[in-house]
Amino acid sequence: MSYQRIKFYQTGTFSVGNRLLDEANRTVQARMERTNSLDSGHRACQGCGEALGARYAVDAAMRASNNQLVAVNATGCLEVFSTPYPESSWRIPWMHSLFGNAPAVATGVAAALRAKGRTDVKVLAQGGDGGTVDIGFGCLSGMFERNDDVLYICYDNEAYMNTGVQRSGSTPPAARTMTTQAVGARPGNEFGAGKNLPRIAMAHGIPYVATASVTDLRDLEAKVSKAMKIFGARYIHIHVPCPLGWAHDPALTIKVARLAVESGLFPLFEAELGRVTGRTQIRRRVPVERYLELQGRFKHLFGDPPDRETIAAIQSIADEHVKTYELLKEEGPHGT
Amino acid sequence: MPVQIEGSQAVAAAVALCRPEVISCYPITPQTHIVEALSAMVKKGEMGNCQFINAESEFGALSVVIGASAAGARAYTATSSQGILFMAEAVYNAAGLGFPIVMTIGNRAIGAPINIWNDHSDSMSMRDAGWIQLYAETNQEAVDLHIQAFRLAEDLSCPVMVCMDGFILTHAYEPVEIPTQEQVDAFLPPYDPVQVLDPADPMTIGAMVGPEAFAEVRYLAHHKQLRALERIPQLSAEFQERTGRASGGLTGAYRTDDADTIVVALGSVNGTIKEAVDELRNDGIAVGSLKIGSYRPFPTGRVRATLHPAKRVIVVEKDLAVGKGGIVSSDVKMALRGTAVVVQTVIAGLGGRSITKASLVQMIREAREGKLDEPHFLDLNWTTIHNELARQQQQRRSGPVAENILRAAKAAASKNF
Amino acid sequence: MFQIRIHGRGGQGVVTAAEILSIAAFIQGKHAQAFPSFGSERMGAPVTAFCRMDDKEIRLREPVMEPDALIIQDPTLLHQVDLFSGLKPSGYILINSARNFEELGIGELRSRFLADHLRTVPASEIALEYTGRPLPNALLLGGLAAMTGLLSLSAVCDAIRQKFHGKVGDANAAAAEVAYQAVVSGQPWTAKESSHAGTD
Repeated sequence: MSYQRIKFYQTGTFSVGNRLLDEANRTVQARMERTNSLDSGHRACQGCGEALGARYAVDAAMRASNNQLVAVNATGCLEVFSTPYPESSWRIPWMHSLFGNAPAVATGVAAALRAKGRTDVKVLAQGGDGGTVDIGFGCLSGMFERNDDVLYICYDNEAYMNTGVQRSGSTPPAARTMTTQAVGARPGNEFGAGKNLPRIAMAHGIPYVATASVTDLRDLEAKVSKAMKIFGARYIHIHVPCPLGWAHDPALTIKVARLAVESGLFPLFEAELGRVTGRTQIRRRVPVERYLELQGRFKHLFGDPPDRETIAAIQSIADEHVKTYELLKEEGPHGT
Repeated sequence: MPVQIEGSQAVAAAVALCRPEVISCYPITPQTHIVEALSAMVKKGEMGNCQFINAESEFGALSVVIGASAAGARAYTATSSQGILFMAEAVYNAAGLGFPIVMTIGNRAIGAPINIWNDHSDSMSMRDAGWIQLYAETNQEAVDLHIQAFRLAEDLSCPVMVCMDGFILTHAYEPVEIPTQEQVDAFLPPYDPVQVLDPADPMTIGAMVGPEAFAEVRYLAHHKQLRALERIPQLSAEFQERTGRASGGLTGAYRTDDADTIVVALGSVNGTIKEAVDELRNDGIAVGSLKIGSYRPFPTGRVRATLHPAKRVIVVEKDLAVGKGGIVSSDVKMALRGTAVVVQTVIAGLGGRSITKASLVQMIREAREGKLDEPHFLDLNWTTIHNELARQQQQRRSGPVAENILRAAKAAASKNF
Repeated sequence: MFQIRIHGRGGQGVVTAAEILSIAAFIQGKHAQAFPSFGSERMGAPVTAFCRMDDKEIRLREPVMEPDALIIQDPTLLHQVDLFSGLKPSGYILINSARNFEELGIGELRSRFLADHLRTVPASEIALEYTGRPLPNALLLGGLAAMTGLLSLSAVCDAIRQKFHGKVGDANAAAAEVAYQAVVSGQPWTAKESSHAGTD
């Protein structure tokens, strides 16, 4: 791990007081010189996890690159809400080309900078799960395979949100979307479908892969900062709740993200050159119900009677993650 | 019995009635409501053994549908704008291989700049790919055309795209009569493929064809579309016999008989054009309109016959051939070659800018007085254009065009809804 | 032809309101067309929807630029967007608010339009009491029906029940009747529990 986790017993928000950390480990958001790369005035929904994640991630990338950063964005929520024509929230050089080519366009930007000898300028590519896992998959794999010097960040809200909540290759099993509706014999998204992009990235053997979540913004910043010091293809997959698409209270975005991590459904880990090199231990495990029950997209599991079989199937996915990534120091009963 | 329904929902109902066996889709505004409705119907078990596959891209979606069609299944997909471009290779492939696929295009502008609103640039980009292209004027016609499309596609073994204006039709609630399952079954028999992947009768599909035969294959594809020129009116007539409704056909003429000026257009704008025609007729102006329902194959003979008697033709089109001008107007000019008819090109509605009756009425008046430039861009903000051209003259690195012009036009933009 | 324009914000059911209006007109044997002015999926953004009704087929395909009636679901739009653009001099304005036109800062409209064609109804409060959620879209249509006399209350309620099934439909229909009566009687509506303050 690249930073020391400090236990705070103040309760409540799980946010970290900066004054007890040394300079290098403080969040970039607490500094007067923070770059506000994604500035205020954008049109994200109330409680948008992606806006939060992007702000932290891009400012961290800016600090790590000495403010010499170019961003390439895929079509999607982030692109749409940050550039409500004729305004833009971006204070950095930023480009949107198409839905499926962000990795390739980023590769092109990096190549041009190298051709011009501008080794000081770094390239960040960004996209949602749809643009990364589905339509951009070919280009992403190409970028990985060539080890192009690009950091790709995927903001995973688990569906095509901007077009009205349709299923993507990242939509979890049983989740309700407009193309996997909560109807019929097996409501919601299918089990056994979907892709694990972090593991696919690892399989390409690239220098750095990490997962992060808006529930632990310090961890997110640390991973971005670490990635920015590495040359080659790097991939960070950030879990970002979407109050609209997941149908949860917009005030609970961070809590929902935390429960995804603490249940084991979204494991936080790092990998280098194809091998897991670090993980965040689950502090206090919770059963998946605590996570699912806050979201309308899983409402059909909590009818009368509840769909215990499906919930158990989701629990076993969480259990599998706990085992695979060694998320608990010692195996114990989950939840209290 | 008509129902008050959203266009997309009506089309989904019509497609379902056609008993598709494989549907594969990828989300893109503004067609998504159609495929969402179909996914729910499949999931609820209301469509028999129909397989619904969420694809990872439009290229994937049409490719899935190509495979399904090759294996003998009646297959369907829908897309818009960027999506039809992403699947472009497959679009040509489907036509070249002669698969009777039906695809809905929820017409939307193509970027850059990215724009989700209606125009015809998407279907126009694929006009020469070999698909039959039908354009719906109303949601009723959209429903009827999908049913006719499956029959047409399977009769000729040629894919058909049914084009309906995004948002204007897809998201509009209006009264639509949905045919009964019996009516559709009587009109559309089960799919009997011309070529199929079947272990009982193996065949090779998709081999390489060299210079010795390629031209013949392409001519036969062209000939197939020429046969469609006869088939389309026949199917429209048969459909009318069964349902009592006149839908589809190659063209639709409105008050053209004694018109000295005829306005030509594709799609939903024809409704507004008819209102403009009526208003001008009340003022004693002999104007009429011609809707082109089948754009590919292009109904050259019908267009020539209807327009030839007029003095002037105004083609109103929601597309632009950059560096040239009109696309449909070029087709119309070709149909009218050798005649003295003046053809005026009017580029309108790009990127979803509304085409209003008032603008049309004024434009027609000005056209009749010979006052329009050629091509004429309807309702273009010339102040903004001149400001931007002046800026570009003075400064080479003048920045991104789109952002610059909106600084100038910001005041105008904020008045729009 | 009668043309209505509805203004609100994403998430307030503006588009649904226009659709219900078109269904109500359809139930009464009219031709009706309803459609939104659209943008990407986003809550809170200004949204406009249109509805036209006529006794013959509607062929026009353009936004409603000269409405006969306006419904404003969210009064926070009042001083941000030009909501009244094109409204005919005899046009109707129905605003979701517990305040009156003067209190909303638009009293000058009384001189531009007909005073008894301008109304406010505390629809969010009524909705909260009858349906448990402050979604005023459906019940405002009851108010519009009363104001214009173009649609019957029963057609509006039937249309509401077609769009919203079961208890939700019944609750919204009941609320629509309350809004209807509030307009007809001209009496200000007050919540049953006096602790409800106006929430506009």
